[in-house]
Amino acid sequence: MKDGVNGVALAVFIFFFLAVTVMGFLAARWRRAENADNLDEWGLGGRSFGTWVTWFLLGGDLYTAYTFVAVPAAIYATGAAGFFAVPYTILVYPLIFTFLPRLWSVSHKHGYVTTSDFVRGRFGSKGLSLAVAITGILATMPYIALQLVGIQAVLDVMGVGGGEDTNWFVKDLPLLIAFGVLAAYTYSSGLRAPALIAFVKDGLIYIVIAVAIIYIPMKLGGFDDIFAKAGHALSQPNADGVPKGALASGDKQQWGYATLALGSALALFMYPHSITATLSSRSREVIRRNATILPLYSLMLGLLALLGFMAIAAGVKVDNGQLAIPQLFENMFPDWFAGVAFAAIGIGALVPAAIMSIAAANLFTRNIYKDFLRPDATPAQETKVSKLVSLLVKVGALAFVLTMDKTVAINFQLLGGIWILQTFPALVGGLFTRWFHRWALLGGWAVGMVYGTVAAYGVASPTQKHFGGSSDEIPGIGEIGYIGFTAFVLNVAVTVVLTFVLRALKAPDGVDETSAADYTADAGDPGVEADLPPATAGAPGGH
Amino acid sequence: MSDTSADRRPVVTPTRVVVALCLIAPFVAMLWVGSYAKIEPTFIGIPFFYWYQMLWVPISAALTTTAYILVRREQRVRKGGGSA
Repeated sequence: MKDGVNGVALAVFIFFFLAVTVMGFLAARWRRAENADNLDEWGLGGRSFGTWVTWFLLGGDLYTAYTFVAVPAAIYATGAAGFFAVPYTILVYPLIFTFLPRLWSVSHKHGYVTTSDFVRGRFGSKGLSLAVAITGILATMPYIALQLVGIQAVLDVMGVGGGEDTNWFVKDLPLLIAFGVLAAYTYSSGLRAPALIAFVKDGLIYIVIAVAIIYIPMKLGGFDDIFAKAGHALSQPNADGVPKGALASGDKQQWGYATLALGSALALFMYPHSITATLSSRSREVIRRNATILPLYSLMLGLLALLGFMAIAAGVKVDNGQLAIPQLFENMFPDWFAGVAFAAIGIGALVPAAIMSIAAANLFTRNIYKDFLRPDATPAQETKVSKLVSLLVKVGALAFVLTMDKTVAINFQLLGGIWILQTFPALVGGLFTRWFHRWALLGGWAVGMVYGTVAAYGVASPTQKHFGGSSDEIPGIGEIGYIGFTAFVLNVAVTVVLTFVLRALKAPDGVDETSAADYTADAGDPGVEADLPPATAGAPGGH
Repeated sequence: MSDTSADRRPVVTPTRVVVALCLIAPFVAMLWVGSYAKIEPTFIGIPFFYWYQMLWVPISAALTTTAYILVRREQRVRKGGGSA
């Protein structure tokens, strides 16, 4: 790492940061509705986004700064195993093509803002809805914290924040400013702010990747040399005497690779922030069309992952793997372009952090505050609570990152992925069938959560005693697989068995407020207006 | 795909079978890791493992697009013939 502050890179970084700050505040006026005092406006951008805005918003939301840092970092550390992110994002799109349009339709018809809203309406169970809401909030919090880790990595490499012996306040000041600004414009503009900023973020990211994938291999002597060097470096034994990794996954790793890709793909659209971005779109067509054009981001992710090999070949040596890619940019690019790359990562953290905090706030407001604390809250009160909670969530994430070790955030994010997958049967199952019993779903969820947490706790790695990874032996099969997926299979099995039992016992089934036609309704159909009247948007079962 | 309207048209149509195949194909290809976990043949120096998976990005995008067009066409036919 070069000593001192990289002035040119920092200046470029600050320029872009100021530009998106102005955009963030101006976004409040973009497509503004007459009555902005309800959650559909603040929390879902008026449910008005078309194909391209949704594309940028979802892309900006799903491909976070942490993704940009962590995926190549995993390749840098282990080789082939880190590439699972590519099949993972390939599988996401056919999957969402099948179930998201149904969720969009039923949500528009009944004014649902969150997945828990839907679960409550479908199964008539506040308990199940609460379980889904709490899982969502728990899984999102560490994810926001990791966005901060992404910004920190960039600031570190630029030389801002000083060394180990600097006063903690000076050290964390840039991060505090960045997050203060983010919190302010999220508060005032809601989902419109990240939607607008996402254009800048994705534009920068595409430029940086396009340049990196051509320029860096040219400097390093082509892909032949890069992979030869990387293959050699990965075959060196680590502290345990086994090779660090390989260029193609070996026989023993294939179950792990496949289950990690599939489990992650199933989990991605259970995250509240993915659903928030989806429900903000104008019609079901917008979602289907997006399933066909979003793969462009997967291609970008694949190219980005290859940067991990380039970092090895370029001889980048960092103790903290998260710094490998920022350091590669600093070593390879001229200062001004390194600044552009850092801005791309930094802004890449702001967009998802904003959406995640909005999504978590919506969950709290709709499914905890309104369902349990203040059933008579007006849409204006809901919006106020949501805005405040979005601030609280960010402060919480900040405190988390500043007071605890980074590995804690990473451990919790790993757990969050396992947890959020356990809401799949209630949500996606509920979209297609009412056969599952609400108590069975709750039982399956609980079993999946407990198994996943205990199994993840038991995984040791050379550096950590617990939470050392997300893969463990699959009971009964003996292969190594993704814990989240094993927990999910267990969850479904318990749900099915309990449903048979509860149906035999004739346990009360709960009221389903949706009808079959709700799941295929489109904008323009009777009862589905392009802009929902705020009054019906708030009332549970208000139709 | 169970995107049925609430009427008495058949649930399984040839179009829907094709749509389902388009959507399932990427799962078969990507989860069968053994079929691509190898280095050779390389493409401009990139091992097979990587370029093959990246090749599946445009392939799966094309398959999803096909599914989208088929679904939309079927819906138009149904709307035109049913409610009018």
